Amino acid sequence: MAARIIRKIVPSSRTGSAQYSSGVRKVTLIPGHGIGPEITVAVQKIFEAAKVPIAWDEVDVTAVRGPDGKFGIPQKAIDSVNANKIGLKGPLMTPVGKGYRSLNLALRKEFDLYANVRPCKSLEGIKTLYDNVDVVTIRENTEGEYSGIEHEIVDGVVQSIKLITEEASKRVAEFAFQFAKDNNRKKVTAVHKANIMRMSDGLFLRCCREMATKYSEIKFEERYLDTVCLNMVQDPSKFDVLVMPNLYGDIMSDMCSGLVGGLGLTPSGNIGKNGALFESVHGTAPDIAGKDLANPTALLLSAIMMLRHLQLNEHADRVQDACYQVLREGKSLTGDLGGTGTCSGYTNAIISKLN
Amino acid sequence: MAVRLLSKLKVLPEVRGVANASSAAAPATLSDFDLQHKTPVIRQQKLIPKAHYGGRHAVTMLPGGGIGPECMGYVRDIFKYIGAPVDFEVVNIDPNVDNDHDVQYAITTIKRNGVGIKGNIETKSEAAYVTSRNVALRNELDMYAYVMNCKSFPGVTTRHKDINISIIRQNTEGEYAMLEHESVHGVVESMKVVTASNSERVARFAFEYAKRNGRKKVTTVHKANIMKLSDGLFLETSRKMAEQYPDIEHNDMIIDNCCMQLVAKPHQFDVMLMTNLYGSIVSNVVCGLLGGAGLLSGRNYGDHYAVFEPGTRNTGTAIAGKNVANPIAMINASIDMLEHLGHFCHADLIRNAVNKTCNVDKILTPDVGGTASSTDVVNAIIACMSKEYGTFFPCVTGANKPKEAGKPKTAEKKSKKCK
Amino acid sequence: MMTILARNIFRALAQGSQHVGKGVHTSSLVNADKKVCKSSKRINTLQSVSKEGRIKCTLIPGDGVGPELVYSVQEVFKAADIPVDFETFFFSEVNPTLSAPLEDVVSSIARNKTCIKGILATPDFSHTGELQTLNMKLRNALDLYANVVHVKSLPNVKCRHQDVDCIIIREQTEGEYSALEHESVPGVVECLKIITAVKSQRIAKFAFDYAVKCGRKKVTVVHKANIMKLGDGLFLRSCEEIAKLYPRIQFENMIVDNCTMQMVANPKQFDVMVTPNLYGNIVDNLASGLVGGAGVVAGASYSAECAVFEQGARHVFAGAVGRNIANPIAMLRASANLLAHINLHSYSRMIKDAINKVLQDGKVRTKDLGGQSTTKDFTNAIIARLGA
Repeated sequence: MAARIIRKIVPSSRTGSAQYSSGVRKVTLIPGHGIGPEITVAVQKIFEAAKVPIAWDEVDVTAVRGPDGKFGIPQKAIDSVNANKIGLKGPLMTPVGKGYRSLNLALRKEFDLYANVRPCKSLEGIKTLYDNVDVVTIRENTEGEYSGIEHEIVDGVVQSIKLITEEASKRVAEFAFQFAKDNNRKKVTAVHKANIMRMSDGLFLRCCREMATKYSEIKFEERYLDTVCLNMVQDPSKFDVLVMPNLYGDIMSDMCSGLVGGLGLTPSGNIGKNGALFESVHGTAPDIAGKDLANPTALLLSAIMMLRHLQLNEHADRVQDACYQVLREGKSLTGDLGGTGTCSGYTNAIISKLN
Repeated sequence: MAVRLLSKLKVLPEVRGVANASSAAAPATLSDFDLQHKTPVIRQQKLIPKAHYGGRHAVTMLPGGGIGPECMGYVRDIFKYIGAPVDFEVVNIDPNVDNDHDVQYAITTIKRNGVGIKGNIETKSEAAYVTSRNVALRNELDMYAYVMNCKSFPGVTTRHKDINISIIRQNTEGEYAMLEHESVHGVVESMKVVTASNSERVARFAFEYAKRNGRKKVTTVHKANIMKLSDGLFLETSRKMAEQYPDIEHNDMIIDNCCMQLVAKPHQFDVMLMTNLYGSIVSNVVCGLLGGAGLLSGRNYGDHYAVFEPGTRNTGTAIAGKNVANPIAMINASIDMLEHLGHFCHADLIRNAVNKTCNVDKILTPDVGGTASSTDVVNAIIACMSKEYGTFFPCVTGANKPKEAGKPKTAEKKSKKCK
Repeated sequence: MMTILARNIFRALAQGSQHVGKGVHTSSLVNADKKVCKSSKRINTLQSVSKEGRIKCTLIPGDGVGPELVYSVQEVFKAADIPVDFETFFFSEVNPTLSAPLEDVVSSIARNKTCIKGILATPDFSHTGELQTLNMKLRNALDLYANVVHVKSLPNVKCRHQDVDCIIIREQTEGEYSALEHESVPGVVECLKIITAVKSQRIAKFAFDYAVKCGRKKVTVVHKANIMKLGDGLFLRSCEEIAKLYPRIQFENMIVDNCTMQMVANPKQFDVMVTPNLYGNIVDNLASGLVGGAGVVAGASYSAECAVFEQGARHVFAGAVGRNIANPIAMLRASANLLAHINLHSYSRMIKDAINKVLQDGKVRTKDLGGQSTTKDFTNAIIARLGA
């Protein structure tokens, strides 16, 4: 246990993005399963058309049995991400059953992706009940409730430990404020439940407060988790950047994507000290796989996030504008958005807008 | 580190799950035939939390056939009027259907509510594999003791006055084990099963009941002179039990003699303990002595569950819907139920009103010599309560305190000893 | 560290067996009362109570806007001539010097069996190092294990979703809110989440029984057993076990993050939901937000014997204190539920009808529903509509 904690206390630094700001960047591409290959092809096509200076390094992460008998990510994939420091990933399927670790979790652990970022923005042309959503949820990704320390003390009494460390809290808080600064956001809200969990959430909150003093230009507020839920569904425009521990982030990020039209439209990025991994968080949808019906928007938006992370802002803007235009016109939308279009049709529509 | 060590102590969840599943699922997966033939005796029940929230209880209501539904209606009227903190979950059982789905569902609801009130359920099907629904209910819920308090109603004209007998009957085995078969054509064998453990449970229940209710004597009714082994075992067990209760007098009587004594000199009896079939006979005899089937209520107790019903198990299909059925039996059953749940205040309210209506005002249905209709009686009871308390009842909150010697506790305690 | 762990484990064990101890405790209390009842003849006792003919109910105004809202409830009760007397206790964590002792409040509620409670503010950091909040202490003392929030769209209240109608049932005595926290090394805090089979089954049974009572069709258990395989897994398993007893009620499970997404996208799919402590808190508030906010949703907490009626989403709304703008609907609905619980159905209906009529008219509305009226105006409008 002590070892676990010490590993987490190793100081972190955000590396990877700044040192390669020019030239062609190599990016690891994990197409994933189910509809993954189709939508990655769509993204690749669009990027090619937009002349984005990116070279793809495609790897497969289908679980292989490691020397310890457990299924895990192939070494080649790990090496590729370690070398490139950046990756784009389609949806992964974890086989149900014992002995399989969730591949998503494995990737997260492998690259110590401590912050999960999900911008949720209302898209024109997508009809939802909320039209003014523009929030970014930043979630601590490595500890908290998902620390995985659980045991049954006596029969029928299970104890699971929520672990909060100062180090992890600080780095995610710092990331949140830095993100807000980089992206011209005005406000950071710390979401917590320190009125009940006084020590653990209290520690998280204290770290956020400390960090807030260093970023005086950004407004900082703290809200209870339940209050945020209530206010979010009433008036999402009250919020800007949200930063929170693991479980709350998990819940809030999904909820926010629900506000803007579902996981098929929300990008997601995982930032770690060993690199960054951008992904689409929706399922593998095996029922429509290979039928050219999948919606590549989430992955495309994630890829755009990646471009911004690589500071290829011009390209990002171009692709994003094209994508938004297509959505706004609403002509070639895929089935999940109420349209009748195909994945390739949608891709071509975006490509045509690029020019 | 300490955590590490502790985690070694953990019990594998799979193992526990299996243990639970086997105890819960075993009765459910058996076929009807198996139910009849393989598990006739004790069915151990798994305890689940009772439906008791914010001072209100949920109770399964099985209206049954015949006059059941109308009588249940009266009970609900009265409960609604006084605001008894009970929520009924009504389960209707279709008597004409040949499968046991409804009955199984009814049993499940009683399992989760802990308490039920029922009319008599008809079993129309003649098919051998369809068990009597009443018997199925008692067997499945392992309600081994049946209690009927027989106390004379002063307002009802009968030959004997001031009878006060408690009948306690073994409810799950004996002649009603339902093990019948035709070994060769024209020869049917019916098995009577008596087990030491079940006899002991019911005997302890009887003595404990006598002790807690200040009774003096327990009479075991049997036919051990003929059925030396089966009834002999029952008698022997009750004698042994009697030794543990020196304050209570114990004697025994042969069933035929007992019936004669009952109609001649009923006052010699106090608490009576007997096996299944004899119980059926004796309780009906006593009911007759007190004025018929429409007055008395019976209680079925198991380790965890209790079901209340009118004392004699007759459906009264002939008088259904004619507004002449006597509602008192069902109302008495509901009073028993309120007491069991600890709502003594509400129980007393109704009991006093029933007493006044039957014994003072003498508003009675034709079966006990009156001229009033069922609704007249119920209205009189409600009027009686409103006269005394107005429309507002003092015990809607707070005033209900459980009795120390609640019967269910008795039952549970005893059963533990037996195990 | 060893000692801390040992202490926590002991506490966890104690929690697991808590209900047994609680049962003993309350029954002894109850028995003491009963002797009083029995000493005089039963009927006489009844009559002496009935002469007063009034029901006693504990009242905790709470912090923030609580007292204003409670005052509004009292006004309405007075106007409707409802035979309920309040036993008021000032109870507060932020103002410990004025607060009534916990034991007094607990014994009052145990005696009266019912309580109306405003919201208690909970400071983020306690001055005394106490990890349990007052709310939690009250819940644990009375064993108020089930929290029920019925979220239903109100007439003529503009919201994004219409016809929301779901019941959220939350376990509120264990889980994340066990107040077992410690700092193993500086900068590393561990917070224990306790799940026990007994309490999980109890809340599951409560949820199903509630569904049966209300004639509902479906129960959804909300969990995160894919990650917390042991803890939430136990909760899920317990629910599955109980669900077997209810073959006529549909049972399904949903992971909490998906649940929140479904809730904002398509809330109509939910009927009765049963959740562990923290998730319940989230889902409660989320659902309240869908139908008009914290000011309109009533909730209740149940133990086996007592029922405490309160607002569905607990917010002190400190910014509105003294400004006479808080919405009393939640509190009024809670009080109407209280009346229904103690069998004063006609009064309960009267208040609920009055609320609906005032909303339907749409003239008097508090600020949170887009109006300009004050709490007092709204209360007066309700009173004017009572029985009308």
